Amino acid sequence: MVTQPKIKVEDLKLWYGDFRALHGVDLDINENEVTAFIGPSGCGKSTFIKTLNRMNDLIPYARVEGKVELDGQDIYSKKMDLNNLRKKVGMVFQQPNPFPKSIYDNIAYGPRTHGVKKKSELDEIVERSLRQAAIWDEVKDHLDRNALSISGGQQQRICIARALAVEPEVLLMDEPTSALDPISTAKIEELVSELKQEYTIVMVTHNMQQASRISDRTAFFLNGHIIETDQTRKIFTNPNQEETENYISGRFG
Amino acid sequence: MGSKILNGLVYLSTILTFGALGFLVLYILFNGVQYLTPSLFEWTYTTQNVSMMPALITTLYVVLGTLFIATPIGVFTGFYLVDYANRDNKIVKAISMATDTLAGIPSIIYGLFGMLFFVIFLGLQFSLLAGILTVTIMTLPVIIRATEEALIATGMPIRQASYALGAGKLRTLFKVVLPMAMPGILSGVILATGKVIGETAALMFTLGTATLLPQSLLASGRTLSLHMFILSGEGHNVNEAYATAVVLLLFVLVINGLSTFISKRLSKGGK
Amino acid sequence: MNDLKEKVAHGVFLLAAITSILSLVVIVIFIFTNGLPMMIDYGVFDFLLGTTWNRTTFGILPMIVGSIVVTIGAVLIGVPVGIFTAIFMAEFCPPSVYRFLKPAVNLMAGIPSILYGFFALRIIVPWVRDTFGGPGNSMLAAILLLGIMILPTIISLSESAIRSVPRSYYSGSIALGASKERSIFAVLVPAAKSGIFSSVVLGVGRAIGETMAVVMVAGNQPIMPRGLTQGVRTLTTNIVMEMAYASGQHRDALVATGVVLFVFVMLINGIFLYIKNKEAK
Ligand SMILES: Nc1ncnc2c1ncn2[C@@H]1O[C@H](COP(=O)(O)OP(=O)(O)OP(=O)(O)O)[C@@H](O)[C@H]1O
Ligand SMILES: [Mg+2]
Repeated sequence: MVTQPKIKVEDLKLWYGDFRALHGVDLDINENEVTAFIGPSGCGKSTFIKTLNRMNDLIPYARVEGKVELDGQDIYSKKMDLNNLRKKVGMVFQQPNPFPKSIYDNIAYGPRTHGVKKKSELDEIVERSLRQAAIWDEVKDHLDRNALSISGGQQQRICIARALAVEPEVLLMDEPTSALDPISTAKIEELVSELKQEYTIVMVTHNMQQASRISDRTAFFLNGHIIETDQTRKIFTNPNQEETENYISGRFG
Repeated sequence: MGSKILNGLVYLSTILTFGALGFLVLYILFNGVQYLTPSLFEWTYTTQNVSMMPALITTLYVVLGTLFIATPIGVFTGFYLVDYANRDNKIVKAISMATDTLAGIPSIIYGLFGMLFFVIFLGLQFSLLAGILTVTIMTLPVIIRATEEALIATGMPIRQASYALGAGKLRTLFKVVLPMAMPGILSGVILATGKVIGETAALMFTLGTATLLPQSLLASGRTLSLHMFILSGEGHNVNEAYATAVVLLLFVLVINGLSTFISKRLSKGGK
Repeated sequence: MNDLKEKVAHGVFLLAAITSILSLVVIVIFIFTNGLPMMIDYGVFDFLLGTTWNRTTFGILPMIVGSIVVTIGAVLIGVPVGIFTAIFMAEFCPPSVYRFLKPAVNLMAGIPSILYGFFALRIIVPWVRDTFGGPGNSMLAAILLLGIMILPTIISLSESAIRSVPRSYYSGSIALGASKERSIFAVLVPAAKSGIFSSVVLGVGRAIGETMAVVMVAGNQPIMPRGLTQGVRTLTTNIVMEMAYASGQHRDALVATGVVLFVFVMLINGIFLYIKNKEAK
């Protein structure tokens, strides 16, 4: 049996007003793998990753054409419940963006949004999510502290825990470590490798080593196109396309 | 021009500005405090006691009534402008223009309008309701602008975080954005309160100047500012006018203190 | 269900947002439909250029001139003092002093007209009477009063205009060996001129629209202004003086005075918004 990809993208195009940011992108994203997006600045990685949970809907002048299927379901169809989609496809941003609330309330926000009310149940979710994000031990004694009062690296792991708390199937991460110090970065990389047992992870990174360390597959973007997608090992050792070769060897970008 | 002269003008102007302010405040306090007698605070007004109590309570009525209407409308307008409408939308431009224009219309025009529309056309007579509705329109721009600024200042990332968790617009707005924007909105509401307390021209021909405490929304009354205007015009109640001025000034000082305090907290980024 | 809630909320917020537009439209309609017919009936020129105002004759030229003269006077006093004060606050004063001055300016903006008017009535009017003779209640008293009242508007806007000039302009000038004063007046202030100008426009709007304070000190005779120490009546005070007992054509004439004032204010606002938008680009 051929396994179906978790996410299947076909001929996806996106315009910001008149400016075309994506020119017909095709991509399969497999379950329980880490897929990395690399490419020079402005090539459309962030734009593309945001189409996967329709965060681009927030930009009024952005227009999408093409197809994105999650488990065979078109997420751009009229019937799609946007909030439910974003529950299934969570997101972690470049800048840690915890709410100015307590750590506990940050994590509980998502489950509460989706109807969990019981304190005991919330407690359980908060602990589980914080453990999964490998930050439980650091914050368990002051869950009522404002999430903005902890370090940037911790904040980012709170944001990951917050995303995990709604039990997503896919986790999108747009340069989650670019604003962090090397130690925090290492912690998050380790975390991502763990999380892929249970989740499908898509990650944008500018850091070539990072992509090669933790991803299974890599897609190389250039000017709104995917030039090449392959096993990460293959991309970094023996890419098919000359542009890919040039990019990873640091000749541009 | 020589540096010395310019320098001198800068210091001179500064002294004039703050000297005038200081003089005004101290002058009123020094001359008024002595006349603050208990009889000025008796429950009913007579020509003997010239009590300001009914006016004080009426002021409270007008402030509460105005905030009760203007706050939701103003805050919701802010919601619409920042979080619901597309920024380049024609309606948004029109609303912004209208808000700016309303902010620039002088009180006396509001007074005229209130009289023509609420008092005569709608038949509300000189009444609390006519007065409240008139100053409601006046204070809208203050609350709208404050809300707008406060909402914009919360920024996009915090909204994205909420949307990305599957929260809808309304939940994001009320559970995440609004708590952050609250101090800014509050200081707008306080500013609006100050405006209402100090208003005279817009209330004179809408609320009227009755000396009794209004017993219903359709009864006339006078706010403290109106009371003070009438006293100072009458010529034989100068002492009472001074005393009323003190009370009015105290209100203004408290209100300004509050709004300064809140915006200080705001600029420190809250807790 | 959730969708419905969002839709209802959207509708409610939109409705609230329309209130401003609606209010403005109704205000314009009511002021103009009540004032314009009288003006046309009476003769627009006779109304605008007539110099006599009494119970039966309604010429408002004295009030138009009064408003303009008083406003110009207030600007001549308030603008330089306000701008110099703004310069002090933006460039001269240490943060420890600024902490008190900024709230003081806000306080100045928050003090009600009636308190300014009362203060002027008690201090400025007697001073004018004693120093220059005449009744005291005069154009000069109104000018001094309004000069003070527009200060906070001028100061706040000018200060932020000066602060928003890129710091490099200033340091560039200092680096060339210019003195601090020279750098401020020859570089910073010119660079902030459109913001400063818009503060002046707003100050003009405030002065021309001020009513209750002016009525307490201006004397209010409805005749052509005859001198600084003599009484003057402005458009705003014309309305407030007589509205309480006016009826029939007299009342309409007062509303028509409002129309003229409104047009003035609209022009001023228009200029202000024009500058603001030009700056934004
Ligand atoms: N909201 C927007 N409105 C208009 N154009 C945009 C918007 N966001 C991105 N773009 C444009 O779309 C193109 C792709 O941007 P995108 O942010 O997706 O690039 P990226 O690959 O993520 O870059 P980086 O590595 O710098 O994050 C760029 O040319 C960018 O200027
Ligand atoms: Mg990006």
